Amino acid sequence: MGSTSAENHGRPGTGRRDLIKRSAALGLISAPAMGFLSACASSGGGGDEDKAKAGKKTAKNPLAVNDTAQMEFVLFDGGFGKEYAEDAVKIYEKNFPGTKVKFAATQKIQSTLQPRFNQGTPPDLIDNSGAEQMDMGVLVGKNQLADLTPLLDAPSYDDPDKKVRDTLRPGIVEMGQFDGNPVWILYYAYTVYGVWYSQKALDSLDEQYPETWDQMLAVCAKAKKKGMAGWTYAGKYPYYIPFSLYPMIGKVGGREVLDAIDNLEPNAWKHPAVKACFEAYYELYKKGYVLKGTPGLDHIQSQTAWAKGQALFIPNGSWVENESANVIPADFDLAVSAPTGLDSSDKMPFGTIWASGGEPFIVPAKAKNAPGGMEQLRIMLSEASSKNFTAKVKSLTAYNGGTQGITLTPGLKSGVAALEKAGDNVVNPRIQDWYVQLQKEQIGVAGLGEMMAGRLTPAEAISKIQGFADAAAKDSSIKHYKHQ
Amino acid sequence: MQHGKYRFIVGFLALPLGLYALFVVWPFIQSIYYSFTDWTGLSPEFKMVGLDNYRRMLDDDIFWKSLQHSLMFAVVLPVVTISLALFFAFMINAGGRGRRGGPVISGVRGSSFYKIVYFFPQVLSIAIVALLFAFAYNPDSGAINSVLRGVGLDGVQPLWLGDPDLALWCVMAVLVWSTVGFFVVLFSAGMASIPSDLYEAALLDGAGRAATFFRITLPLLWDTVQSGWVYMGILALGAESFAVVQIMTTGPGGPDYSTTVMVLYVYQKAFRDGQAAYATTIGVALLVVTLAFAAVVMRLGRRERLEY
Repeated sequence: MGSTSAENHGRPGTGRRDLIKRSAALGLISAPAMGFLSACASSGGGGDEDKAKAGKKTAKNPLAVNDTAQMEFVLFDGGFGKEYAEDAVKIYEKNFPGTKVKFAATQKIQSTLQPRFNQGTPPDLIDNSGAEQMDMGVLVGKNQLADLTPLLDAPSYDDPDKKVRDTLRPGIVEMGQFDGNPVWILYYAYTVYGVWYSQKALDSLDEQYPETWDQMLAVCAKAKKKGMAGWTYAGKYPYYIPFSLYPMIGKVGGREVLDAIDNLEPNAWKHPAVKACFEAYYELYKKGYVLKGTPGLDHIQSQTAWAKGQALFIPNGSWVENESANVIPADFDLAVSAPTGLDSSDKMPFGTIWASGGEPFIVPAKAKNAPGGMEQLRIMLSEASSKNFTAKVKSLTAYNGGTQGITLTPGLKSGVAALEKAGDNVVNPRIQDWYVQLQKEQIGVAGLGEMMAGRLTPAEAISKIQGFADAAAKDSSIKHYKHQ
Repeated sequence: MQHGKYRFIVGFLALPLGLYALFVVWPFIQSIYYSFTDWTGLSPEFKMVGLDNYRRMLDDDIFWKSLQHSLMFAVVLPVVTISLALFFAFMINAGGRGRRGGPVISGVRGSSFYKIVYFFPQVLSIAIVALLFAFAYNPDSGAINSVLRGVGLDGVQPLWLGDPDLALWCVMAVLVWSTVGFFVVLFSAGMASIPSDLYEAALLDGAGRAATFFRITLPLLWDTVQSGWVYMGILALGAESFAVVQIMTTGPGGPDYSTTVMVLYVYQKAFRDGQAAYATTIGVALLVVTLAFAAVVMRLGRRERLEY
C-alpha cells in the first residue's frame, strides 16, 4: 500500500547547497553553445620560414611560381559548381608538371577555413563565397590577405603584351580595393543586377519594358487587370530590393548619391532622389501591385511565384537563371532590364545598371605558396577558361569578352545586351560588401522590408535607415571605408 | 567494504569528468577570457580591451531585444508545452470513463494510438520540422492560409512569419508542436508508476477528473514535471530555438528583429560579422541567464518528496 503522507529524510526537500550545485550543473550542461566558439582560437604560428621559395621568372611564368611546391585551392561549391575550377586546376598541373595541387570544394568555407586562419596556415587560394563567407572587411583589417597587384600587373595569359588588369571588366579592380591601392580580392564571376521578367508575359500585355515610373504603374495596372501582380521580391530577405532600387537612386540623383550612402555620410539617405525612389516603390505596395503575401516568401518561393507568372517583375541578380532553372518554363524568354527611372529629368540615362563582381577569390597573406594561388587565378582569367565558365554555368566572368562562339542562354544574352546598353553607366554600390549587417539586416529587413510590407511610410523608413547608417558610422567596432 | 570505496568511484569518474572538463568547462573558461579581448575570429591576433565588450552590450538595443525574446521563450514554452503534455498524458492514462468489465482506471478510447502519434514529431530532426513549417506558413501557397481560404476566410490571410507581431508566436508554436510528444511519453511513464489503488480510493470518494488530476496525479508526478521544466527551458534557450529561428524566420531574425534570440545573435556576431569576442560576451550573458533560469526553477520547484 502506498502512502500519501510525506516522509522526511533529514532535511526537508532540497538543501540550499544542493540547490546551488544542481543549478550550476544544469547551467553548465545547458549552455555549451558558447563553448564551441573559442575552440578554434589558438596562439597562431606559421612565420615566413615555411613559405615556398620563389621559382624562376620566365615569360611563361611571370609570377615566378616554384614549380615543385604544392598549391592548395579551396573553392566554394555553390551555384556555379566546381567543374570550372577543376578544369583550371588541370591546366595548372599541366603547366607545372612537378607540382601537386590540393583542390577541395566545400560549402562550409567559414567552418573549414576559420580555424586555419587562426592557426596561420591558410590555403593558397580561396573562393570566399556563399552563406559561410568570411567577412572581407575583417580579413583586410587584420592584414590576413595578400595584395593581388603582382597578378594584375603580370602579362595576361593570352597576350603577353597586355596586363591582366587590362583584360578585366569595368569595376572589377576597384571592387577588390578597400582603401588605398592594394587589391585584396578578385571577383571572378560578373553579376548583372536589375529587374528580371518574362519577355513573353510582357508581350502578352502588349507592353514594352517601362522606362519611366508612370509607365511602370501603367504596366502594373494592366497586369493587375489580367490577374497578375506587378512585382514580387524575396520578402524574407528584403535586401534583394536594392538590386533594382539602388541603381534607380543612382539614375535619378546621380552617382554621388550612392557614393554618399556608401561613405555613410550624414543625411545621405535624406537626399531628394532617395525619397522619390522610396515613394515610387511604396506606391507599388499602396496600389496593390505587389504580389499578395510577398513579405512571407523567401527567395526561392518568390522566384517560383514569379516563374509561374503570378508576378511580372522581380529584382534579382543574374544567378536567378541558374538558380530557378527548374521552375522557369522553356518559353519564358527570360530578360533583364536596367531599372525604371522616374522621368526624363533623371541625372543618368535609362540603361543605368548595377553590375559587379561575384565569387570573390582571395590569396591569404600567410599562404605558403601565394604566387601559385595567383598563377591559378591568371589561368582562370584566360579567354579559354572564361568561356568554359560561361558555357558551363550561364554566367559572365571578370574577363572582358569571352562570349563569342558560344551559345548564350536567354537571360545571359539579355544581360550582355543590358551591359552594352549601359556602356559607362554602370553603378556599383559598395555598401553590400563594406557593411554587411547594415545592408542586410538593418536597411534590408528592418527598413525596406517593413516599408514594402506597408508597416512603415517612406519617410519613416528613411529616418530609420539614416539612424542605422549614423550608428554604423559611429561604431568603432566596424572598419569604415570611403570611395576614393 | 568501505576500504577503497573512493578509489573505486574515482576510477569510474575520472574519464567522463576529464572529458567534461576538456570539452565543456575549459571552452567556457576560454570564452570568458575571450570576452575581454577584441578577437575577430578570423585572425590569431587580438588584444585585451577590458570591459569594452560588456559596455557595448549594455548599450546594444538588439541585445536587449534578443534577451527579451529568449526570456519569453524560457517562460512561455515550458508553461505551454508542459501543461499540454500533462493534459494529454492524463487523458491517455487516466482520463477515460470506466467501462464495464475493464480496468477502473484507463485512458480515453484509442489512447495507445494517440501515444504513438504524439511521439511522431520527436523522430523528425528539428531542421526538417522548421523547414516543413516554413512552407506551411507561406502566406501565398502555404497549408495554413490555404485551409483558411478553403473554409471561406479569404479576408484572413496573415503574413505569419512576415508579420513582426506574429512571427515570434509562430516560431514558438513550432517548438511546442515538436516537443510536446516527448513530454507526453515522459509523463505517461511517470503516471503509469502511480499505483492504481490511489485512483480507486479517490474514485470511491467521488473525485472527478479534475480533482483526481490536481490532488493525485500532479503531486505524485512533481519530480518528473520539474525535470521536464528544466529540460524545456534549456531547449528554449539553446540549440532548438536557434535552429527554428535561423531556418524559418525572415532575415533571419524576423521582420524588424522580432524573432532574434540570444543564440542567434551570438552566431551572427561570431560567424557573420567577424566579432567573435563580442559574441562570447553575449555567450557569457546567456550563461548567466541559463544559470538564473535553472536556479529559479529549482527554487520554485522545491516540494516535499512523496513516497508511495
